[in-house]
Amino acid sequence: MSQGNMNLTLKVWRQKNSKTNGQLVTYQLKDISPDMSFLEMFDVLNEQLIVKGEEPVAFDHDCREGICGMCSMFINGRPHGPKSKVTTCQLHMRSFKDGDTIVVEPWRAAAFPVIKDLTVDRSAFDRIIAKGGYISVNTGNAQDANNLPIPKPDADAAFSAAACIGCGACVATCKNSSAMLFVSAKISQLALLPQGQVERTTRAKSMVAQMDEEGFGNCSNTGACEVECPKGISLENIARMNREFFAANIKE
Amino acid sequence: MSNTSGKFLQSSLGKKLLMGLTGLFLVSFLLVHCFLNSFIFFNDGGLMFNQGAKFMATNPIIRVMEYVLFAGLILHMVQALILTMQNSKARPVKYAFTNGAANSKWYSRSMGILGSLLLLFLVIHLANFWVKSRFTGLPGVDANGNENLYLVMLEVFKNPLFVAVYMLGVFSLAFHLLHGFPSAFQSLGLNHKKYNPLIKGLGFWFTIIVCLLFAAMPISIFCGLIK
Amino acid sequence: MSKLDSKIPEGSIDQKWSKYKSSVALVNPANKRSIEIIVVGSGLAGSSAAASLAEMGYKVKVFCFQDSPRRAHSIAAQGGINAAKNYQNDGDSTYRLFYDTIKGGDYRAREGNVHRLAEVSANIIDQCVAQGVPLAREYGGMLSNRSFGGTQVQRTFYAAGQTGQQLLLGAYSALERQVGMGTVEMCSRHEMLEVVTIDGVARGIIARDLITGKLERHFGHAVLLCTGGYGNVFYLSTNAMGSNVTAAWKAHKKGAFFGNPCYTQIHPTCIPVSGDHQSKLTLMSESLRNDGRIWVPKKQNDTRKANEIPEEERDYYLERRYPAFGNLVPRDVASRAAKERCDAGYGVGASKMAVYLDYKAAIDRYGHTQAIKNGVHNPTAEQLRTFGKEVVEEKYGNLFEMYEQITGENPYEVPMRIYPAVHYTMGGLWVDYNLMTTVPGMYALGEANFSDHGANRLGASALMQGLADGYFVIPYTIGSYLANEIRTKAIPTDHEAFVEAEKAVQAQIDQFFAIKGTKSVDHFHKALGKIMWEKCGMARNEKGLKEAIEEIKILRSEFWKDVRVTGTADEFNPELEKAGRVADFLELGELMCIDALNRNESCGGHFREEYQTEDGEAKRDDENYKYVAAWENKGNNTYELHKEELNFEVIKIAARSYK
Repeated sequence: MSQGNMNLTLKVWRQKNSKTNGQLVTYQLKDISPDMSFLEMFDVLNEQLIVKGEEPVAFDHDCREGICGMCSMFINGRPHGPKSKVTTCQLHMRSFKDGDTIVVEPWRAAAFPVIKDLTVDRSAFDRIIAKGGYISVNTGNAQDANNLPIPKPDADAAFSAAACIGCGACVATCKNSSAMLFVSAKISQLALLPQGQVERTTRAKSMVAQMDEEGFGNCSNTGACEVECPKGISLENIARMNREFFAANIKE
Repeated sequence: MSNTSGKFLQSSLGKKLLMGLTGLFLVSFLLVHCFLNSFIFFNDGGLMFNQGAKFMATNPIIRVMEYVLFAGLILHMVQALILTMQNSKARPVKYAFTNGAANSKWYSRSMGILGSLLLLFLVIHLANFWVKSRFTGLPGVDANGNENLYLVMLEVFKNPLFVAVYMLGVFSLAFHLLHGFPSAFQSLGLNHKKYNPLIKGLGFWFTIIVCLLFAAMPISIFCGLIK
Repeated sequence: MSKLDSKIPEGSIDQKWSKYKSSVALVNPANKRSIEIIVVGSGLAGSSAAASLAEMGYKVKVFCFQDSPRRAHSIAAQGGINAAKNYQNDGDSTYRLFYDTIKGGDYRAREGNVHRLAEVSANIIDQCVAQGVPLAREYGGMLSNRSFGGTQVQRTFYAAGQTGQQLLLGAYSALERQVGMGTVEMCSRHEMLEVVTIDGVARGIIARDLITGKLERHFGHAVLLCTGGYGNVFYLSTNAMGSNVTAAWKAHKKGAFFGNPCYTQIHPTCIPVSGDHQSKLTLMSESLRNDGRIWVPKKQNDTRKANEIPEEERDYYLERRYPAFGNLVPRDVASRAAKERCDAGYGVGASKMAVYLDYKAAIDRYGHTQAIKNGVHNPTAEQLRTFGKEVVEEKYGNLFEMYEQITGENPYEVPMRIYPAVHYTMGGLWVDYNLMTTVPGMYALGEANFSDHGANRLGASALMQGLADGYFVIPYTIGSYLANEIRTKAIPTDHEAFVEAEKAVQAQIDQFFAIKGTKSVDHFHKALGKIMWEKCGMARNEKGLKEAIEEIKILRSEFWKDVRVTGTADEFNPELEKAGRVADFLELGELMCIDALNRNESCGGHFREEYQTEDGEAKRDDENYKYVAAWENKGNNTYELHKEELNFEVIKIAARSYK
């Protein structure tokens, strides 16, 4: 029912591994269906490459429903492509036109080295979380969940910040490769909740320190991250992180 | 303590804070500068203006503030330079194709260039006025017996080349401010749904008014509206 | 029989777990420091287990194939997590959750395990809230609940449509905290490819570093498989693309029995297949059935658009057939009912393989209450819609957006089209009460084991089970094994068993590259999926299953002759990863069919067409099949059946009715 009718020119970044240089390689694709997702279009490309005996394009993907945060393509100059509030896997070919040329590159940042083709290493994010993106409560130590009422606006705001999927689109799109939206989302979530108060000061300091150590750039408030974030994480979080960090440094 | 504060200033957020604070400080200078310079619009042959200039040149607080101002300016520039270099290092391999227009304003992405243009302008501007008033001396006094900085102004803005340079300066300033003003508040952590429109509005109208006034000065002199 | 000891503690059902906890052997803190535990998989079960065990003082290593533990597919669970908190004062209790789960599982789960699950469910919510998981709240600041299929109380906690994400990020943060403290070594982008056993006891694993391709040997006093389900055997499922059975299957081949492999859950509310290019199916949360009404036209092959079909010509078949539970019948029932209507020619959409999930009534209803709330007494139709849409958007906004993203249709205006899709596998590695498999020292947690959901899992119970196993069960039960392991020194990985295991893995990898065939791995995966869906899917019969077994055998031999794996072994090579996974699916698929063929009854997710009531409901055979089918791998794709008889001491076994 979804007989494909789109013909496309793809320019895809091919890079053997982290030690070699890469370049854009051009591929022609025929009979693409507008109902395909962007990654399914890549499946078609890869199937063709395999049949031809060439190496398929390596790209990260897993859940293909926009929540795991693994997919990461920089499409026509924008992370996750032209549609807002979606990840690459949720982008469908109906967002493109027959005859389009599409340039696909990996996330580019010193802190996200390329592993192969469109696959990058985002473990820097894990290391930042490991420095304080948690509440230190061992299993079995919790009181009854309703003993501590949380005002709905706070709970909702914390949830909005917690919606971050850690895909790294903010870093990819930022002209400075800054990770502030990601880091601030976690700092905000925990700063907004009563449970997060105990470690508030140390959390802000150590997460920011790790962020800097990883080699992410600085924020110049262009707001690109907020626009490109597939989960709509707000710049308010960065401001909150700034406050948290300053307050933490004043205190200690 | 000194160690942690040193660390604080070296941190990405510390640098941001410094950029914001120095930026806002420079904004406050712009306000004073623009206010005093607007005295020329009294069109009284520069009497009011020269009076203001005298106050600025002799008031001890202002004298001290001049050093602070230069310090702030240098800090703002040095920080900008460090940040730009760091940011460039954060992305060693550039994208082949980017579409920044889709997610941000061109001037937000061009603060470095706008700032550099401003610096260039500033050098010319200082050579035109500040160097003369401080070091090489001004051409005589006005009717009130004040040093006649106004005369220098009339001289400079007779030259269309300078007028053009000043227009470029104002243009750079306008867009630098349009991003910089609200951005400074964001860097200081002042982002609140309720007050954001206020900050944005304030920034916008400040930019428009200050820059229009600054632009009006050379133009009105060049056109002979002010004598 | 003799080989299977479920080790259910003695005593009355509500005493078993507390008595067990106070009498289970402990490992003292000094000994814990020298005991190493390997956790494979970083989803809810894996992350929570790893974090909890590390907190207790064990040395833990965690493996996941994704680039970060936060990507595990638990993250995609949408609707919620059950807990017997009775915050809504609607008569919920531990017993009721226990009862609902046993009944929901069509009386094919162990009472002891399920009661324990219901008992610890409340602790999970406490733990998660303490970790900063932002569960939905009411204006008074208390936690909010919604209802889910198969229950008549509101016991489901949620965080919009992202409950799994929030719970996983909670467990992930607990895990990363331990990583930061140095008590957990995290090995991301590593895939477990073999279990190492010495004298029949699990002693470690062989893992491949997916970036360098290097094979690594890792020792552990115990190995925990928290590797999720095997729904991807159907190729098209709601599972993540990388979800696989490899770790569990390797364990199975090393002696772990596989329990009830044929029990698969087909989720009723998924977005229908749109074409051959389809790589996965997207679930629309079951919570949508709270407010949405499911219908098909009363007329066969009706080609009118949904909104053109008048109310009286719509068949709300779930409400018609099951008045007591209506649209909230359990998943297996809802799925089969949809299939029945479509097969009978009442399906909708271009493919005719879909039914409508309609929000119009809900938008109207919410519109009215919202209008009253806002003091609008004579609302216009327009106002009603706006008010109603606001409420629906707040509750399900992200799901509606997702639907529109995928289909290009606006679900606020036209009913959604849905169709069942493979979602969860109740079957898995057989485990005893301790969650230990038939291989000593090897455990299976979460979806990877078979234990708690019987033949059908109720909505919002998977998150509950994963976290129960990881946070509250394994930290106790592992002690009973490790207390006897304190004298075992870490075994050096140049031990012969490690060398042999690594060789076997290397041999398989070499074999893949040696075939140099003509067809991609995906080609075989799709072919397998088609066989499984058609013959071992929502409805099965003897003839189809027998055919499927033969077809899978042929496909498997073709695979080993004609698959093409590009690239090399010593680099990042997703094709090689897929090849290994599909090779295992090709074996598992056959076992699933064998199990389905063996089970001459219909129960829960397993529906044999030969065994149904006159009105098309599943017909169990308690006399002959009230057992867990645990399959032992005898090599060369042969299997021996072991039965664990299920004893229902508390709950009276009965026909499952939602009418």
